[in-house]
Amino acid sequence: MSEETTAPARTVGSSPHISSKATCTGIMLWVVAALAPSAIWAVATMGMVAVQLFAVSIVAALGTEWAWNAIARKPQTLRDGSALVTGVLLAMSLPPRTPWWMVAIGAFIAIALGKLIFGGLGHNLFNPALVGRAFVTLSWGGVLAGVQNRGWFATLADFSAEGFDTISGATRLGIAASDRAASGAYGFDLAAQYQPLLLKNLEGSLGEVSAALLILGGLVLIIKGIIDWRIPAGYIGTMGLVSWAFGSDPIFHVLAGGVLLGAFFMATDYVSSPMSKKGRLVYGIGCGLFNALGRFVGPMPESTTFAILFMNGLAPLIDRMTRPRVFGVVKTDEERA
Amino acid sequence: MGRSAFAGGVHPPGYKESTAGSAVQWAPVPSRLVVPLSQHLGAPCAALVQKGDRVERGQLIGDVDAMVSAPIHSPVAGVVTEIGTTLTAGGQRVAAVIIEPDEVQDLESFVEVPDTGDERARIRAAGIVGMGGATFPSTVKLSPPKGMKIETVILNGCECEPFLTCDHRLMLEEPARVVAGAEKIREMMDARRAVIALEDNKPDAAAALRAAATGAVEVVELPTRYPQGAEKQLIYALLKKEVPHGKLPASTGALVHNVATAVAMVDALEKGKPLTERIVTVTGSVARPGNYRVLIGTLVSDLIEYAGGLVGDVERVISGGPMTGMALGSLDVPIAKGSSGIVALPKGVAAPAISDDQPCIRCGRCPDSCPMGLEPYMLATFSGKRMWDAAAERHVLDCIECGVCSYVCPTNRPLLQLIRVGKSAAMSKGVK
Repeated sequence: MSEETTAPARTVGSSPHISSKATCTGIMLWVVAALAPSAIWAVATMGMVAVQLFAVSIVAALGTEWAWNAIARKPQTLRDGSALVTGVLLAMSLPPRTPWWMVAIGAFIAIALGKLIFGGLGHNLFNPALVGRAFVTLSWGGVLAGVQNRGWFATLADFSAEGFDTISGATRLGIAASDRAASGAYGFDLAAQYQPLLLKNLEGSLGEVSAALLILGGLVLIIKGIIDWRIPAGYIGTMGLVSWAFGSDPIFHVLAGGVLLGAFFMATDYVSSPMSKKGRLVYGIGCGLFNALGRFVGPMPESTTFAILFMNGLAPLIDRMTRPRVFGVVKTDEERA
Repeated sequence: MGRSAFAGGVHPPGYKESTAGSAVQWAPVPSRLVVPLSQHLGAPCAALVQKGDRVERGQLIGDVDAMVSAPIHSPVAGVVTEIGTTLTAGGQRVAAVIIEPDEVQDLESFVEVPDTGDERARIRAAGIVGMGGATFPSTVKLSPPKGMKIETVILNGCECEPFLTCDHRLMLEEPARVVAGAEKIREMMDARRAVIALEDNKPDAAAALRAAATGAVEVVELPTRYPQGAEKQLIYALLKKEVPHGKLPASTGALVHNVATAVAMVDALEKGKPLTERIVTVTGSVARPGNYRVLIGTLVSDLIEYAGGLVGDVERVISGGPMTGMALGSLDVPIAKGSSGIVALPKGVAAPAISDDQPCIRCGRCPDSCPMGLEPYMLATFSGKRMWDAAAERHVLDCIECGVCSYVCPTNRPLLQLIRVGKSAAMSKGVK
């Protein structure tokens, strides 16, 4: 045929031609929004120390990522929102009076060694915030246990008199663990702790201020379709079940310590968790199991960090073993292997 | 996530409000028709007319002696001005018969397709192909391999693609003909059941069909979820049977035809009417969105002009639906037998440009929503790294190209685009 006008400034491309409105930044901001009630309540109950902790953690996380990209002459990636989430999560996983330089180093390690060194967002094997927290815990564990009384500007020298080997902090969980170890029974009523743990708890990490608000935030993320219920359900369910099997109070053990922050916000990190639905359930159960074993068998009442990091490492293997079944293909397990 | 009759899938906004209430009306006869000689899957036709020939409406103007093909008829009475070529919506250049219609047209009459007593032969002679978009010659589908017994005839009225309402209007306005189509195919296949399936976002059409349903014809409403209208997902939803990997859908005892195709078959068998027009949903950013009965060969540009022209900031014009349709580089392409819609996507509704430099954040949305149970993120990675064998091993060829993976990806990665590359590489290596 004769005349064919070329199209004006319209685009072509292959299908699909529409996309969902979900974006990486949007997802990350929802996570921050879901953490906001806990964070605001922490600031309201603890005041300046909480503000300082958030500020240092977030600024150090964002600053590390910005500087890394600037030095490596890579495009800036702060807009994806993941460094912000790491900064907020790291702050919530630390005790409120952690000295500022520990927080800053933790955030640097989280971003640099937890994420960027692997190639950036999407390529890291472990949850960056937990990498940062693990570094701080392993480096200055004894200090952390005693920081409640030391303060924001404490230097290492301030702690040296006490030594670094006193692990047991003055949290309910720590006392419960040492009671158990000493006599096999508890020196206080665990059920009486539900209410403070749910509503207002000034012990432990910043994020432990209110279990109720963490659950609220987690439910929001599940309802919004941002996280899969399978991970927190597997995690919390297993934690409760194993606690019960060890003859302890399952509700206390779910509410106390880092379980809820871990189950709803740390273990559900996309990059470091499995891709399939079945895999996410297995992974959640694994997190709960190792967290519980750490409490009841191992030396660490606060075993959330290492339980999740361990399961992060197993996520690729879980993915391999829980591939979805292709429609119309019936295979035996032998053929799959 | 909502109810679903199959695994995976998504629920995109429907965008159907602007045309769902608009009754089908004839689009005008344009000043020139460009009738492609290849409007189907299979062998292209050869022109049976020459420049200067006079043609009647319904006259055979192209055919080829091949089983997998479908003849072409003149949609109007007029004069052949040229045997030339045209671009198709898909971007191929194919032979075409260009016809200048007479001033006065009688669209009620046509040259009848001869009746030899063989219904399948008459359906082929009427040029009928799958009108849902696949354009597979219908007679081939009506002739399953020996030994395959069709138990259930399914008419697909799901219309799960956003924006499109042409099948909705057909079912609502002509339910008796749709039911007749279902009954006719059931009879031809000696099947036990005939089911007309549609999504539950068209309750008025479902009610109309139920009122018209006779005999063994059932009307089934399925939850609204894309891609409910994909053949394998539809069979599964109705029969809970999976089409086995590498086998024909007919091996489940089901035969699926689009509702418009079934009506065209009835027209061919009862009136000898060849396929020369179809209902097209013209929608999106056009001044007068609606459902138009359009002569095959009408240029998209003429049709859009009749619909009042493009308005606002149009990012893409799609032939078909936005999930599986084709973006038009030029609007001077003809409406063909498989053109279900012309959708002008404004900026903001059209997907942003794909970007390969965004990372996969392993959110799990693509494997969660793949209706075929594939792992799109992994297939795309294999394609990107040219690992064709690995992609084939992970069933890249089972991909139905519904586009759900690219749709849900929050970092907007070109998943389906990469998977298509992997599919064609796997196919060229002869993977089954």
